[in-house]
Amino acid sequence: MENEGDIKKFMYVNRKAPYGTIYALESLEVVLIGAAFDQDVSLAFLDDGVYQLTKGQDTKDIGMKNFSPIYKVLGDYDINKLYVEKESLEARGLTLDDLQEITYEDEDDDWEEKPSIRVVSADELRDLMDEQDVVLSF
Amino acid sequence: MAMLHTVNKSPFENRSLDSCLGRIKDGAAVLLFEDAVYGAMKGTAVAGKVQSAMEKSKVYVLGPDLRARGMSEDQVLDGINVVDYGGFVDLVTEHDNVQAWL
Repeated sequence: MENEGDIKKFMYVNRKAPYGTIYALESLEVVLIGAAFDQDVSLAFLDDGVYQLTKGQDTKDIGMKNFSPIYKVLGDYDINKLYVEKESLEARGLTLDDLQEITYEDEDDDWEEKPSIRVVSADELRDLMDEQDVVLSF
Repeated sequence: MAMLHTVNKSPFENRSLDSCLGRIKDGAAVLLFEDAVYGAMKGTAVAGKVQSAMEKSKVYVLGPDLRARGMSEDQVLDGINVVDYGGFVDLVTEHDNVQAWL
């Protein structure tokens, strides 16, 4: 690993529903490419972006690839901060229970399995966005 | 002359559903598909508008698009009919005209 000074905070901001447009899949592709660079990566899901994480997606009848299982392996790429905005969930009648269970193994805590999704308020998300070095929007 | 209106955009992302619901005649049908299926779900910020529209018109939602998005049929607003692609075609043939609210 490079020295600490070279690590920047990257946030990928996801605001679109999956399948209706290509944004959600493109974001995921860029996140996976970016994972190779050992940066401090987080993903934010707000507005219709919260729909990307719903459980039980089954695309066999619409002829598109179901990419939702990929979110579950992000932990293996050291991407374990998935911030989901509470207000966006609420406006859509969703709760954490409607989302996939996404976990990672914490290497600093005897590889204990921990949840990657953190539900945050709009206020908290504002602060998180403010502390980033790079924000990429999808 | 009954019209079938189709909406395919998320009601949280743009105003297509609003524009549609504000301009339909009594007895018209509205089919929600692609990202518009989110408008058919219970407990959302737009559920009230959709329910009022259902007093005067029929609302349908496309099942394959619901399932793709992980939306369960149990969570669809009462009174909305879930249809498959065959049902979509039937709706088109049963109505005099189709208006797509892109």
